[in-house]
Amino acid sequence: MELFFEQLLNGIAMGSIYALLTLGLALVYGILRILHVAHASVYTVGAYMGLLFYKLTGSLLIGAVGSMAACALLGIVIERFVYYPLLKYPPYVPLIGSIAVMLSIEELCRLIAGPDVLIFPAELPFPAIHLGTIHISSALMTIYGVTAVILVLLWTITSHTSLGVAMRATSQDMAIANAMGINTHSIISITFVIGSAIAGIAGILVGIYFNQVYPTMGYVPAYKTLALIVVGGLGSVPGAVVASLLLGVAETLLIGLAEIPLPRDALAFIAMIGVLMWRSEGLLGSR
Amino acid sequence: MSSYVITIGTVIALYAIAACGLNVIIGYAGQVSLGHAAFVGIGAYAAALLATKAALSFWAALPIVLAISAIFGLLLGLPSLRVRDDFLAITTIGINFIVEAVFNYVPFFGGALGIGGIPPIMLFGAKLKGLGFFYLCLFFLFIVLAVCWWFTRSWAGLACFALREEESAASSVGISPVRFKLLAFVVGTCMAGLSGALNAHYITFISATDFSFPFSILLMCMVVIGGMGALWGPVLGALILGALPEIFRPLVDYRILFYTVGLLLMIRFQPGGLLGENMIVRRIFARVFPGAK
Repeated sequence: MELFFEQLLNGIAMGSIYALLTLGLALVYGILRILHVAHASVYTVGAYMGLLFYKLTGSLLIGAVGSMAACALLGIVIERFVYYPLLKYPPYVPLIGSIAVMLSIEELCRLIAGPDVLIFPAELPFPAIHLGTIHISSALMTIYGVTAVILVLLWTITSHTSLGVAMRATSQDMAIANAMGINTHSIISITFVIGSAIAGIAGILVGIYFNQVYPTMGYVPAYKTLALIVVGGLGSVPGAVVASLLLGVAETLLIGLAEIPLPRDALAFIAMIGVLMWRSEGLLGSR
Repeated sequence: MSSYVITIGTVIALYAIAACGLNVIIGYAGQVSLGHAAFVGIGAYAAALLATKAALSFWAALPIVLAISAIFGLLLGLPSLRVRDDFLAITTIGINFIVEAVFNYVPFFGGALGIGGIPPIMLFGAKLKGLGFFYLCLFFLFIVLAVCWWFTRSWAGLACFALREEESAASSVGISPVRFKLLAFVVGTCMAGLSGALNAHYITFISATDFSFPFSILLMCMVVIGGMGALWGPVLGALILGALPEIFRPLVDYRILFYTVGLLLMIRFQPGGLLGENMIVRRIFARVFPGAK
């Protein structure tokens, strides 16, 4: 039973990290209808930048802020120079462009930082918690706390501010939103800033949780998060969060406890193909 | 020819056969498949198993390999009826990951160790190696190109082009999307299977990671750089991407960066590829000689 709870807690942590990543993908898909595979490379850059700033200053907070700034900048660059000019082509053109961006950034990370796994020696400012016999490490606490704060912030922005209204209007119909006086191009850029900054945070959290940062850390998440936005319902942010949490828990429990002889990374794609065949609008999407 | 050149030529020919298959699916029928390596893998594993476990010769096994590839192409082409465009692309990525996982985890397929000891191809009682095998690959590439050429001229090819351009308009004039999309998938995966089978007999050892997603990307790069839908496009793409790593061998560490940046620039500024629609050569030609057609 203890093992079950510990696995469950680990699963929720994994799911939270997936959620932070998938969220950015869902936001971008909602607004541009582009599958932003390169998002996972933004997350890799976020982990490296977080580690760099943390090592330079010794403060995790400065590391997080620096990584968010670097990722936001990278997000805007990708949007301005790759996606925006490709919007007029069929959807597979920006998708291939995105894959090319992802592989290029991955290679740049390898060439600059080296192919080795770097450790992330973070010292968290609070101790682990013991509930009876169950032990919750400070890394897990950080992941839960940060994810909850980000989700609440994002929900407040999208539902209670005029920026949120403009973002939703742009994702519903870009031409009409433009006609109503919304500067849609800057809304698109803001969406990339928000999504990419969150990806940077996810990179740091993964770095702390597994205590490792390496160039190809975005390879599997890149495609897994694609499957997750399909399972969650296209462009639906709540759906993406629910699907991510479910997958995190399912992966950890099924592989950890039931010992299914299946690679855990295939699970997301099996779920996705199932969803596409039987409920193509996804868990929380609308037709 | 030195054996070095022959080896590179053989690899390029094998790439070209698989890339031509992808071109039928993506260039002719407009169905974005990013899991083509999985079909090359299915062909390779089918050939390897038939050769090592059933002790069939390459020639006896070839029709079975093609039939297996066709059946899987048909099965895995079914999602294309249900999902479109970028969703089809993700589905095929998923299929690639799942097929690789099955090869890697199921003991029947040799698991992580792969399958070794695949015998070389025999022709008239002699083992085909080196130059002989290269000519065999060129022969098959010729057949594949002939099939592609015939496909573009046939009713089926025209129907596929119509579906690629505007599916609802095409189906409103009586072109069945089901039949022609699946046909394109079957033709394309057969070519992938052929390439895989030749590769298995050439290398004599295969493992699941040879057919993982990066190989799909490489094939995709060949089709995009050469020009989607152009007959010679995939061959040109295979030639460029197959020969570049040899030419740039001193820069081996920057090779992948070079590829990916090349793909990015190509898709950003010339999405039709070198030989595709609105090709860059023709544009430059038109600028240098205005008035000439």
